[in-house]
Amino acid sequence: MIDTLETMDDAGLELVYTVPACMEPVPMRLCPGCTHPIAHRLCAEIVDELGIADRAVLISSVGCSVFANEFFRLDGAQAAHGRAPAVATGVKRVHPENIVFTYQGDGDLASIGLAETIHAAARGEDITIAFINNGIYGMTRGQMAPTTLLGHKTTTSPYGRSAEDTGYPLDVCALLQTLPGVAFLARESLHAPKYVRRAKRSLKKAFQCQIEGKGFSLVEMLSTCPSCWHMEPLEAFERIEKEVIPQYPLGVFVEK
Amino acid sequence: MSERTLMDGNRATAEGAIAGGCRYFFGYPITPQSHIPERMSLRLPEVGGVYLQAESEVAAINMCYGAAACGAKVMTTSSSPGISLMQEGISYMYGAELPCVIVNMVRGGPGLGNIAAAQSDYWLSTRGGGHGDGQMITFAPWSIQEVYDLTYESFDIALKYRAPVSLLGDAILAQMMEPVQERKPLDAALSQTDWGIGGERHGREKNVITSIYIQPRALEELNHRLYARYAQAAREETRWAELGAEDPEILVCAYGIAARICQTGLELAAAAGVKARLLRPISLFPFPTAPIREWSEKVRKILVVELSMGQFVEDVRLAVEGRCPVEFSGHTGGVVHTPEEVAGVLGNL
Ligand SMILES: Cc1ncc(C[n+]2csc(CCOP(=O)(O)OP(=O)(O)O)c2C)c(N)n1
Ligand code: SF4
Repeated sequence: MIDTLETMDDAGLELVYTVPACMEPVPMRLCPGCTHPIAHRLCAEIVDELGIADRAVLISSVGCSVFANEFFRLDGAQAAHGRAPAVATGVKRVHPENIVFTYQGDGDLASIGLAETIHAAARGEDITIAFINNGIYGMTRGQMAPTTLLGHKTTTSPYGRSAEDTGYPLDVCALLQTLPGVAFLARESLHAPKYVRRAKRSLKKAFQCQIEGKGFSLVEMLSTCPSCWHMEPLEAFERIEKEVIPQYPLGVFVEK
Repeated sequence: MSERTLMDGNRATAEGAIAGGCRYFFGYPITPQSHIPERMSLRLPEVGGVYLQAESEVAAINMCYGAAACGAKVMTTSSSPGISLMQEGISYMYGAELPCVIVNMVRGGPGLGNIAAAQSDYWLSTRGGGHGDGQMITFAPWSIQEVYDLTYESFDIALKYRAPVSLLGDAILAQMMEPVQERKPLDAALSQTDWGIGGERHGREKNVITSIYIQPRALEELNHRLYARYAQAAREETRWAELGAEDPEILVCAYGIAARICQTGLELAAAAGVKARLLRPISLFPFPTAPIREWSEKVRKILVVELSMGQFVEDVRLAVEGRCPVEFSGHTGGVVHTPEEVAGVLGNL
């Protein structure tokens, strides 16, 4: 690292992009072209910018985010599948001065952990949730999630998801929007730089909400899973634009 | 003698916990133990603690996981079906090496069963506590004073072993009233550990609480570490009590409320000339194998009295290893022996 810096200096180059201070400089165990690392990085940049690395606590979940604690230089705990909001609640109730955030996929948050999500929101629990919606179970290699779009072929909807058999894609933001405990709620996307910048703005507001003690905050981020969507990363980005956003419109739904 | 307070087992659990330093409680209502969360919701705010009613037992145990990760003295209480729901969370606690106190006021099962006294969760607690290699340190009180004392002591034991500790009561112990001698409050502050998360880090290295060990050798190492702690617990926490004839022909093994019934049963049998002695384990895991083995070489028979189809009896048989016959008398589904019935069984052995 130092060597590189010196060399860059010698060459008169300015370092404009590096690993955020609260991230470990280790390779991430995630597929190439996946948007999980973008979401990881957004969390880290925000923690650095808000100067909260000494009191931020990361609760990782079960899914492709299961190794998240390895990538962050933050205190943290790994939670059982779906239970991250409950674990975060336990930490926050002991240490209200900490900034406690969970990082969860859509199987984790919207299926097995939906009760924990809704009740943490209903309580107005002062925690922040980074919610990665890639419309599929990535970690277990591509089964149908409650968020899977109609018609999408997954390993457990090999004929394409049909509403008749398995109902409709679950819109988590719509579910949470009416709860008075929710202080900040937004859906963003990670498929292009301009959207990533928007996502960062929302996620930062969510963290700020917690710093100000306003209540529960959640940012859903539409993400890709090129491996299980069986697509090239660029194709996957296009799919977000063409198919996913129409089903899950972006926006800030609650801002207090 | 200082003053004693009349209370039931539910209240004794709550008061024992608070005196033992517990300041965090997460739980979900279920009969016959709902008076514990009720009492905690009243008392914890008075002592600067946190009571939170969880949306389910699943959430409750995971809230405990979060609080325990911070080094807090934390408790959840429930009854059989609720403890079933907590199994995954308890296993995560084994794996992440987290201390927590879990009280089970056992009721009749399986299924929704009923709310009467039972001891059919012996396996659930001593063998179960979730998937994987791991066992739960388990205590079984027989009086309200012992409910209080064991709850009081369990928080420090959980911290000592970095492991969940469970207490098995039942519908009778939950509701029966007896005088209790309360004890001097123990330290309630967050434990100064080198593993706890949260608070201000001030540049200290990060701490991560996790039960994921992707490398098989690393997981094997964890399991050996857990079992080394159980071995230490076997040396330092094994508890039992004995009463009755000094030169018995029959040893009665029973725990909890069944032992209480046997106490009277033995008195009735003694009046009829039966020489029997009661050995009651107070810790079910670790199990008092050695004293039971010793008696098995001296007595003619062992009788196990238990409120289940026969769970605890298996540990007795393992301790005895065929040295003498082990007879079993069980009631289940909430049916309870009478002392006369125990005396009758003893008379016929
Ligand atoms: C109780 C339990 N059930 C099932 C699993 C298996 N499992 C691991 S990850 C996962 C799905 C994760 O999908 P998602 O939350 O969408 O995250 P992604 O991997 O897509 O990021 C499942 C079902 C588990 N670990 N624990
Ligand atoms: S499986 Fe999908 S979600 Fe998981 S790392 Fe790979 S691309 Fe990303």
